[in-house]
Amino acid sequence: MMPRLQEIISQFQQVDGGLLPLLHEIQSAFGYIPREAEPEIAKALNLTRADVHGVISFYHDYRRAPAGRHVLKLCRAEACQSMGSEAQAKALLDHLGLNWGETSADGRITIEAVYCLGLCATAPSALFDDQPIGRTNADRLITLAEAAA
Amino acid sequence: MDIFVPQDMAAIAVGANQVAEAIIAEAKRRNMPVRLIRNGSRGMFWLEPLVEVATASGRVGYADVRADDVASLFDGGFAEGKPCGNFLGLIENIPYFAKQTRFVFKRAGVIDPLSLDDYRAHGGWRGLENALSAGPAAIVAAVKASGLRGRGGAGFPTGIKWETVARTEASQKYIVCNADEGDSGTFADRLIMEADPFALIEGMVIAGIGVGATRGYIYLRSEYPFAITMMNRAIALAHAGGMLGPSINGSAYGFELEVRVGAGAYVCGEETALLDSLEGKRGQVRAKPPLPAIKGLFGQPTVINNTISLASVPFILAEGASAFADVGYGRSRGTMPIQLAGNIRHGGLFEAAFGLTLGHLVDEIGGGTQSGRPVRAVQAGGPLGAYFPPSMFDTPYDYEAFAKCDGLIGHGGLVVFDDSVDMARMARFAMAFCAHESCGKCTPCRIGAVRGMETFDKILAGIDVHNNMSLIEDLCETMKFGSLCALGGFTPYPVLSAIRHFPEDFVPAPLRHAAE
Repeated sequence: MMPRLQEIISQFQQVDGGLLPLLHEIQSAFGYIPREAEPEIAKALNLTRADVHGVISFYHDYRRAPAGRHVLKLCRAEACQSMGSEAQAKALLDHLGLNWGETSADGRITIEAVYCLGLCATAPSALFDDQPIGRTNADRLITLAEAAA
Repeated sequence: MDIFVPQDMAAIAVGANQVAEAIIAEAKRRNMPVRLIRNGSRGMFWLEPLVEVATASGRVGYADVRADDVASLFDGGFAEGKPCGNFLGLIENIPYFAKQTRFVFKRAGVIDPLSLDDYRAHGGWRGLENALSAGPAAIVAAVKASGLRGRGGAGFPTGIKWETVARTEASQKYIVCNADEGDSGTFADRLIMEADPFALIEGMVIAGIGVGATRGYIYLRSEYPFAITMMNRAIALAHAGGMLGPSINGSAYGFELEVRVGAGAYVCGEETALLDSLEGKRGQVRAKPPLPAIKGLFGQPTVINNTISLASVPFILAEGASAFADVGYGRSRGTMPIQLAGNIRHGGLFEAAFGLTLGHLVDEIGGGTQSGRPVRAVQAGGPLGAYFPPSMFDTPYDYEAFAKCDGLIGHGGLVVFDDSVDMARMARFAMAFCAHESCGKCTPCRIGAVRGMETFDKILAGIDVHNNMSLIEDLCETMKFGSLCALGGFTPYPVLSAIRHFPEDFVPAPLRHAAE
């Protein structure tokens, strides 16, 4: 992990305000932000470890542990609520026996909340890995989650 | 034979990629010389996937196309634009489209978003050319004269921001585009970036020349992966085409532009939180003054404008400030991309001059609810906007008229709810959302939203409802007047409007059950 980490850090060392792009790159390489990265980033960017930790913990996107092999994000914002998203989400979570933010025991899938994907005229909306899904219904969500390998 | 299938994220969410693949496969099987163009969306999302075919008399459309339909469409002569399937006729004659005044979105869905030739052929870069010959002072004067107001929500005159930055001396100034479009029910920024990315680039370059800034950033939310890819590709193409870089279109002006991706914090849509986030910090709101126009990004004078504000600039410079200012209502000049969303039949983007009534937009243009049930509430302006009951549908769509009703236009979203909505739950959600997204800097927002959510839980459980409702009203006063930014300061709008206009949803639980 360390050589790859150092390589990414050095890439962003000279970038103005480069901490967020740096963290995005680390997450895209490792799937999360490893704790070991914090002191390394702090040293390279001349920040305190608290500064770095504070930024990582502030933003909803950064993970402190790897997610499941697939991530299904369900929109919980108002436009999706107006089309019944909450009931659909509950049906899916009950079916999988999960709560928001949890990963199935077999590590197959993580279910997360998202607040607006900008697909508000084809609601309810979801994002399955990188694939946007509009006009969802509970059956479709359950089928999708079951098919995820 | 030119066939258009949108590459817009919403179109793809309802199957546009599968349709595009099926069209290519079917054309190949039939040995037909089809050219497939991935345009942006026209914004008529209820018709997506909306496939268009170029004919001698214009482009005709086919609504709600599925991959399975493609073979039978070819049988029906769809590749020649013949009526078959969900044939819509000429796109430009669809009433929803024909009723619009498309200034900012005129190319959206028409062109290949990544074709510089298409962009130029449809009036692109004309604003920039005029700007280059007119010079900085005339650019700022034109934006001021257009009456353009910030489309992100605050409605502050864009020209005044530009003038302040232009007048402030500094070795480095910045143009920052706020593309952190987090309001539920809005997608105008996403649509313009995916359908006409060069328009945003052109607007930012003009802003740079106008105020003397040589660097720009687009702060784009991570929830918009397609827009991120599109903007990055468009920036590379504009660079290669000499419209970005050290010499814009051969002139002495230079401008560099970069996309920075957000990390899932709604509050970063607030301009000072956005600037902190761009600097690599926690996205916390700054106290004003100093204004970003004086001390913004990295402490330098910064124009920070919403995506649509910046994308409106090429039109203003190309057609003249008066062409923009001549339409509108009261002090709301020009057009607004209104976004009809949620439980609505004709959901999509509707660009129109200010002044239509809310009821006209929801009932006539939007066609009422998708569920077919009566409209009960419309939330205008995102999660910090007020809920309007149908009895207020005569309100004209105008910044001042909405403010007079304790509401806001915000970024132009309208989310429609039918009569199954529980307004006490929506009021609780407003507090929960604020608690979830608070940056934590000021107490009324950080603590107030959590207490508001807890108090609503008691109300929903029927505990001491009368006193708890008074507590909510009091808390809303504190949040409204004591918060540092609009997140805590405007959360009372949805809460209090829900209470005021839908009091029957806030009675003690036993009565609620009895009423049902």
